[in-house]
Amino acid sequence: MNSAGSTPLRSARHDRWWVLLVTFLFTTSALAAPLKLWHAYRGAEEESLQKAVAAFTKSTGIEVELLAVPYDAFGSKLESAIPHGNGPDVFIFNHERLRSFEQEKLVAPSDGFIERPSYIPSAIDALSVNGNTYGYPLSLKCLALFVNDKLVPSPPKTTDEWIGQLQQLSHADENRFGLAYESGDFYFHAGFLFGFGGQLFDENGKAKFDTDGMAKSLAFVKGLQDRRYIPQEASGALIKSLFNDGKAAMVISGPWFAGEISPSVSYHVASLPKVSPTGLPLRPFLGVEAAFVSAHAFQPEAAQKLARFLSVGDGALVRATIGRQVPAELAAYDRPEIKNDRLIAAFRDAAANATPMPNTVEMSRVWEPMKLALRAVLQGEVAPEDAGALATRRYRALNRDTPPTASPVPYELAGILFALGWIGWTAYRARSPIPFKKRYPDLTTALAYVAPAAAGLLVLVAVPFVSGIALAFFHHEGGQYTFVGLANFVDILRSKGYRITEPLSFYFTLVVTVLWAFVNVALHVSIGLALALLLKNPLLKLRGLYRVLLIVPWAVPNYITALMWKGMFHRQFGAINGLLVALGIQPISWFTHWSTSFAANVATNTWLGFPFMMVVALGALQSIPTDLYEAAEVDGAGRWAQFKKITLPLLRPALLPSVILGTVWTFNMFNVIYLVSGGEPGGQTDILVSEAFRWAFQRNEQYGYAAAYSVLIFFVLLTYSAFTKKLTQGAEEVLG
Amino acid sequence: MRKPSAAATATIHVGLVLACVVTLYPVLWVIKMALSPTDGMALSANPFPDHVTFEHFKAVLFSHNGAGTWLFGRQLLASLYVSGATTIVGLLLAVTAAYALSRFQFPGKSAGMQSLLITQMFPATLMLVPLYEILQRLHLLDSLSGLVLVYATSSLPFCVWMLKGYFDTIPRELEEAAIMDGASRTQVFIRVVLPLCRPALAVTALFSFMTAWNEFILAATLLNDETKFTLPVALQRFVGEYQVEWGKFAAGALIVSAPVMLLFFALQKHLVGGLTAGGVKG
Repeated sequence: MNSAGSTPLRSARHDRWWVLLVTFLFTTSALAAPLKLWHAYRGAEEESLQKAVAAFTKSTGIEVELLAVPYDAFGSKLESAIPHGNGPDVFIFNHERLRSFEQEKLVAPSDGFIERPSYIPSAIDALSVNGNTYGYPLSLKCLALFVNDKLVPSPPKTTDEWIGQLQQLSHADENRFGLAYESGDFYFHAGFLFGFGGQLFDENGKAKFDTDGMAKSLAFVKGLQDRRYIPQEASGALIKSLFNDGKAAMVISGPWFAGEISPSVSYHVASLPKVSPTGLPLRPFLGVEAAFVSAHAFQPEAAQKLARFLSVGDGALVRATIGRQVPAELAAYDRPEIKNDRLIAAFRDAAANATPMPNTVEMSRVWEPMKLALRAVLQGEVAPEDAGALATRRYRALNRDTPPTASPVPYELAGILFALGWIGWTAYRARSPIPFKKRYPDLTTALAYVAPAAAGLLVLVAVPFVSGIALAFFHHEGGQYTFVGLANFVDILRSKGYRITEPLSFYFTLVVTVLWAFVNVALHVSIGLALALLLKNPLLKLRGLYRVLLIVPWAVPNYITALMWKGMFHRQFGAINGLLVALGIQPISWFTHWSTSFAANVATNTWLGFPFMMVVALGALQSIPTDLYEAAEVDGAGRWAQFKKITLPLLRPALLPSVILGTVWTFNMFNVIYLVSGGEPGGQTDILVSEAFRWAFQRNEQYGYAAAYSVLIFFVLLTYSAFTKKLTQGAEEVLG
Repeated sequence: MRKPSAAATATIHVGLVLACVVTLYPVLWVIKMALSPTDGMALSANPFPDHVTFEHFKAVLFSHNGAGTWLFGRQLLASLYVSGATTIVGLLLAVTAAYALSRFQFPGKSAGMQSLLITQMFPATLMLVPLYEILQRLHLLDSLSGLVLVYATSSLPFCVWMLKGYFDTIPRELEEAAIMDGASRTQVFIRVVLPLCRPALAVTALFSFMTAWNEFILAATLLNDETKFTLPVALQRFVGEYQVEWGKFAAGALIVSAPVMLLFFALQKHLVGGLTAGGVKG
């Protein structure tokens, strides 16, 4: 950098002073470029990381820039930023995704830097892929049993003992439970599965669901729920409040739960009990959080130094004492501050029994099938012994065989022919006896006016649009794209791997989507029109106030609306169930049945969508000349007749464009579906867009398949709008 | 028009009050969550808080990062810049394009109008992957200006449709008269046409502003630097891996929604006319 900076300057005979200054600027800027460290921590964990990083800067002089990334966006952000050179030098992530990070070449091995014997062996195993080690283990995360000291004098050793305690402690009528945990989440069920001797993978590492242990563990948990020892559909918020109110004697959770317990509750943490029939302990998943060095780090050596620093010595100490993390470094447990820490000691013991979560791609494929099976059992739709088969079927449907590679040549030819044909046809249609200049006298002015918008649309809308369509002809796996021709479309339309009446099928989802769009638009228009009719009289008192209050939903960002309504439909804390209870009706569990779940989505979307139609209808009503009504009154027409004969026919052309646009928007209303019902139960309330999103971002990045879905959505909407256009043209011709 | 009877007026008021209650109930509930010390989590139909605390608002408003930067301040500025610039860029592009579509004949005009509508039909989330590549090539990743361009173009189709409809309702005779008097095309556009469509311009500006102010997925994907986050992305951090901080989320949601609501209240008179004048003519 020195020579590159100074040579041209010297030849230009500048003073040496300048040369010095320039070299100085270059070298300091290179030195000053801070290391980038990305994480998803909050609260105490974030604070402890900041302290550890400050200690690193103090001892090495290397500056570090911390970035807290929202957890939901973290993985996809790493995947897009790192290959493009925009990513961090070091990032902190769970080891679970390591295999896919390795396949996409996002992480650099730490071999040669890391001292493997310094760490707990299972933590090192979790970071190994094909004989290489990646990253430095920071902390262990697994589940253990939080016990209220007052209610449970000694924690259970076996499940038989446990059941006995639960029987005494549970009084569901008083809303008291012996145990509370997020029973609908497979992460929490895995301990039971392994404790009952079940496994998740066969000897080849392929997922396997239909096992004896699976059936027995599910039957056990269903038994806990049926005897009302655990609350149904418990969420994190419910568990927290039950434990803090002394209404749940025990809770299964991880180290993070310690921060949620109120200081007035005296508790301790114990390992999970042994399963009496098998003699095995309940073995929850072990997660290892690690500091990974990016494969595209700008300063690889400094990055390795930082990652190592965080994992050992004072780095480990500060994360344990302030961040309440369970360190992976062995020497940390010799320190008195950690040795005497009961919480950390308890979790280290629990970690000894835990099953390290495989870092394979196969592991990422079992979550959705298992969630489906687990919830189906808990809701009593499937017997525990049939759950494995249900999960297997969903697994097969989600992980379809890679389609055969196709030759792109015929498709390219077809594309070229189509383009030529289209150009020819346009030219043919545009032919006219009038000379070009005469037909378009203001051509240059017009083009000047249109050009800026057209250029923007071309680059940022048309190009992504065409690439999106092109993507539909490819298969994406492990960062590689292969051309597969129409295979994605064929698989979707043939409903390969599942019956067309199943929620995963395109046709099922299409019917739900059409119903969704129709119900919503009908409600928007009728509510909007009704309110507009009430508001239309300009002499109405308080008219301005009403109008302002009624458009409030429009001004609220729709993802906030969605989360807000999701909270209102909460089984235990929601306002809607609060209203039902106040009216003497049993609270409803909204997201366990298709009809209530769909209704919850519709309610949300109706709330956020009616003001638009109300405003449009108000404008349209004002444009109807009042003398028409006066004339009708003279002729003796009643109000209803006036509405039917004057208002409706004149409103139709004004409302139609908004109805079409509203339908298109509702059809693709991703936020509401994704955030309110989340597709529950079992994907039955998913619409086409949310289904496409899942294929792209939650089912191993099957971008091609998702793009094919999007193209199909596009064609459905195109047909719809062409059809409505025909309809209106026809109507206009009839009406004159 | 016949004056409605007292009974009819009373019915109308009852209907409207009911509608307002249903509309505002969820909002009150969010306010309750934001003001309650316990995240407002209790099974109750009462939308008013039992105890009031401003802790959640304080926590959101005075958030700092490790380096001592006032995060909320920076993020508010980022949001204002992105939304303001989107409004200006979007309006400039939409107004010119819509005027040309309304007044001039040129080849590809009807096809252009059709494709504007068609762009609304392709799911936006799925354009994310290619869009990321393009912005990378243009060196506009992790940049607020890149975000402005994306927002301005994505709100363009709707704005152009709306403005074109409005331009169509303005009689051409006015312009022809001005041209007779020796005004140029540009002068006519700026001096005659634009002042006539103030309501439509206000509404278009409001929509552009709202698109940028409320958008979340693109901003979360394209921005890396915490100090450049727009407010919706900042809000996302309260929805964590293991827990949702409902109190702070609600407080943040109210803060994010407030400016758009104020704009709505200020512009609501124009809203009715601006939105529908074009549509009414068909």
